[in-house]
Amino acid sequence: MGGYRPGLLNGAVAWATVIYLILPITIILPVSLTDQRFLSLPQQEISGQHYLRLLTTPAWTNAILQSAWIATISTALAVVLGTLCAIGCWRLSRRSTDLVRALMLLPIIIPSIAYAIGLYRYFATLGLLDSFLGVVIAHGVTGMPYVVITVSTALAAFDTRLESAARGMGASLPQTLRWVILPRIAPGIVSGAIFAFIHSWDELVVVLFIASRRVFTLPRKIWDGINENLDPAMAAVAVLLVGMTVLLLLLDLMLRRRREE
Amino acid sequence: MSPRGRAALGWWALILPAFLLLTAFYLAPILQVLAISVTEPRPGLGNYERLFTSESVQRVIVTTLRIGVVTTTIALLLGYVLAYRVAMAGPRAQRWWLLAVLVPLWISVLVRAFAWVTLLRRQGLVNEGLLAAGVIQEPLALVWNEFGIVVGMVHYMVPYAVLPMLSAMREIDPRVLAAARGLGASRGAAFLRVFLPLSLPGVIAAGVLVFIFSLGFYITPALLGGGKTLMVAEWIKLQILDLIRWGLGAMMATVLVVAILATLAVFSRLVNLRRLFGAGG
Repeated sequence: MGGYRPGLLNGAVAWATVIYLILPITIILPVSLTDQRFLSLPQQEISGQHYLRLLTTPAWTNAILQSAWIATISTALAVVLGTLCAIGCWRLSRRSTDLVRALMLLPIIIPSIAYAIGLYRYFATLGLLDSFLGVVIAHGVTGMPYVVITVSTALAAFDTRLESAARGMGASLPQTLRWVILPRIAPGIVSGAIFAFIHSWDELVVVLFIASRRVFTLPRKIWDGINENLDPAMAAVAVLLVGMTVLLLLLDLMLRRRREE
Repeated sequence: MSPRGRAALGWWALILPAFLLLTAFYLAPILQVLAISVTEPRPGLGNYERLFTSESVQRVIVTTLRIGVVTTTIALLLGYVLAYRVAMAGPRAQRWWLLAVLVPLWISVLVRAFAWVTLLRRQGLVNEGLLAAGVIQEPLALVWNEFGIVVGMVHYMVPYAVLPMLSAMREIDPRVLAAARGLGASRGAAFLRVFLPLSLPGVIAAGVLVFIFSLGFYITPALLGGGKTLMVAEWIKLQILDLIRWGLGAMMATVLVVAILATLAVFSRLVNLRRLFGAGG
């Protein structure tokens, strides 16, 4: 939109908003490097002691490993089912499949507190409370919308005639999927996987209800930390989380750019 | 069966596993909440009667609506200005602005709440800084109250406000603005009478989205509210985990879900969630 340079006021408020968005998150980096035993900026020198403590305390490392496992498996579940569902809906493309796609968005729209209390009772009858499988299922179901959205977006740019041509030349459905459709939408699938992974890695509300001792994820540990003992190890774990999220987002951005080219 | 019908069956088979998982492990638990709200502690609409008779129930709803409206208003104002700046930037600069919106969007809500606590508490960096600079004599109460909740919630919601408004602004044909200017409109008039009305659908979509997210928000209000200012989600958790009043908690959860779905139904033509998230970067 050339020729319409935003005014000074607009620029100033926009910059202030960006600073408000970014700055509070960056403040955790110096705090995590403090030489003190409490939350503060470094006084004499910067120190890696809190990172060391983080990586040598079994309670923290166990929580990190559990979260990584749960996120990996629930992402796999969400990606496989979400991708197939998006492809089916895209190819059939009628009222009923529009409804299916709308249903798939519910986990993003309905607050997780409502889902969490329902799941708590539901899992109690199924014997899935405080189990690895239970958390994986919950995160997989709630991660599916992200995959359905990104894969549907990728499919929207894909010419249906290619698929018809493949079928016309005698390719079976699995062959068409494997050789024609999936390679075309691979970047969309990876995006979906990244978002489903971040979702599970961060999810707290459901875990607060359906897990207690055996399954203890990283967000749960952070939640307890913020409520009980605010110490610099919290800042260190926050920095690691932010670093991971930024890396994953950059990866996603790179893939998107390649797709656009 | 015709070959066409057989082919359709194959595509339906792709949809089925996701649909079954969603039904068994998402829809069923949600429906159970509805069932609990009318069966416990005894069958009937007794829990819903509380909506009209219980002062504490009404107070929680009013608090939630008030914080939701304040949050939505501020997030829309800041988000609009930011979206406008992004829309007007060149392609290179636009990528950087967009990154500044998307990175916070995906950073853990817990990390953000922790960062705000670090900054805003009594011995936090903001109070220490202001004290050292001599601006204030006593630390200010910046967190564990409604102010802290709004600061944290707006921080969470601004990216969600920016994205739909930005996608609406991108669809505005710049030639329309050039035409307005060419016909003698001042910059201000071109913005107010041409750009602003054309971007309005995006503003409404953003408003609906931010408002419905605010209503059911749990983590940030719980951590930055300090347990004194109760919003609906935390109230539900309190009823169920601490007071074991399942019926009452399930009733409020049902009201919350119905309120959100009703809002979406009313605005369904303007709020395209799939497009919003699909266009998320």
